[in-house]
Amino acid sequence: MRRLRSAASGWIVLLVLVVLWETATRIAGSLYFPPPSQIAETARQMWFSGPVSSLFLTDVVFEDLFASVARMLGGWAIAGVLGVALGVLLGRSATAMDYCGPIISFLRAIPPPTLVPVFLALFTLGTPMQLATIVFGTIWPILLNSVDGARSVDETKTETARAFRVSTVDWIFGVVLPAASPKIFAGLRISLSLSLVLMVISELVGSTEGIGYRLLYSQRQYDFPAMWASIVLLGVLGFLFNTGLSAIERRVLAWQPAHRQAALAAGTGA
Amino acid sequence: MRAAFRGLVGVAVLLLLWELLSNSDLVPPGYIPPPTVIGATLVRLLLDGVFVYDVIASVLAWAIALGVAIAVAVPLGLVLGSVPAVRRATRTVVELMRPIPSVAMIPLAILLFGGGPEAKIVLAVYASVWPILFNTIYALDELDEQLVDTARAFGTSKPRIMATVALPSAAPFVMTGIRTAAAIALIVVVSTELLAGATLGLGQFILTASSGGGRMDLVFAGTVVAGLIGYLVNAGLEWVQRRFFAWGARTGETV
Repeated sequence: MRRLRSAASGWIVLLVLVVLWETATRIAGSLYFPPPSQIAETARQMWFSGPVSSLFLTDVVFEDLFASVARMLGGWAIAGVLGVALGVLLGRSATAMDYCGPIISFLRAIPPPTLVPVFLALFTLGTPMQLATIVFGTIWPILLNSVDGARSVDETKTETARAFRVSTVDWIFGVVLPAASPKIFAGLRISLSLSLVLMVISELVGSTEGIGYRLLYSQRQYDFPAMWASIVLLGVLGFLFNTGLSAIERRVLAWQPAHRQAALAAGTGA
Repeated sequence: MRAAFRGLVGVAVLLLLWELLSNSDLVPPGYIPPPTVIGATLVRLLLDGVFVYDVIASVLAWAIALGVAIAVAVPLGLVLGSVPAVRRATRTVVELMRPIPSVAMIPLAILLFGGGPEAKIVLAVYASVWPILFNTIYALDELDEQLVDTARAFGTSKPRIMATVALPSAAPFVMTGIRTAAAIALIVVVSTELLAGATLGLGQFILTASSGGGRMDLVFAGTVVAGLIGYLVNAGLEWVQRRFFAWGARTGETV
């Protein structure tokens, strides 16, 4: 009951703010700040006015939204596989980490957008360049958290596994990865919100489709309601991805007593 | 000592491989200049004043943005973290605002503020407020009830408990949030310069270098400087955290 009431109070505050926003923008009449009702109407026309056969979704949804989300999740997945694999390797070998540590600290400190011109020169315009930008920008939190996680396997488990002569495959998949999983998830979560940011950046720079491209296109056409609709859409996407990953995390890590600690994440959209 | 030596060896091997690779036929000439060329370009740039102005413009915008974000997020986090009613009421709004990527607002910011420093500062503040805010709120959740009760038993006033019990206990977490925010703010400042075509700044320098004639050595030199700034900022904040906030057993996650 109390939870219900607290949720209700949150929605009421939101409603009040939206009404205030609507009134303020109507009074101000600024071209740059269309009222929310107009943004919603534009969003409906842009995305949800399609034929019944495609669930009312318009072609724009398939061209822009799906393309963007596919690239974003693709880049994130590649970074996830590479980051966890490298991270576990480096985490289990102090010597290797000594050699690679400074390089990693430097590379992750590079703001990924500065490399967009390099990727533009190396890869073709479009998906390969965008994937490269997303992978480069999102791999570091996953990598460093995996290193941390792989290091945290406790002494007893290590000794027990050695005493039973556990095979390398079982050792990695049965002991190291489960022990590292809370940390890995923390890294994956930070990277997921980063991948949304980098998806937008890469589409703003060089793309002919996608949400980022649509955003810039509407700005150049002075179509401000459409621009705002894209901003709202990106916020909704960020919210959905974060909620989805949290649900998966809760399910996968339910056996971990300390998992709340690692979940104490500051996952945010930059 | 041995770790530092190995680190240097690692860097040297990487640079050597890079040098060999970019002089070979494997990559088209000019796309990835060798480190020696980039190094020479970098030295020339640093001696020439204009590039230094670009660097200063970016660093200054970054510092202002981070300062404003701290000034906004820490007090806000203390209020949201200690007054449950306010936190409940604002939760939905915060959860819906937080995921909006600030880069999505770059086109809007260009329209509103033009190419001046305001656009990148406003966007960087928006982006870096969240990690600090959430770390402050979480820190107050983890606050030891016993400490508060003890202070209250001694008749300490509420504001004083806030300043002398809650804030010190939260400080290590807040510091972790500030470190995350510092990295994010730098990304946002440089991307805004890169995308908005600011009048001055590191991102603008890289944009000009890549569009006019594709001088990749300039692009790489600018990237190296951006990386160095990010590295130094993070190392500096890490040192501050170890030196002044060592009492925090857990300092949060690796970012």
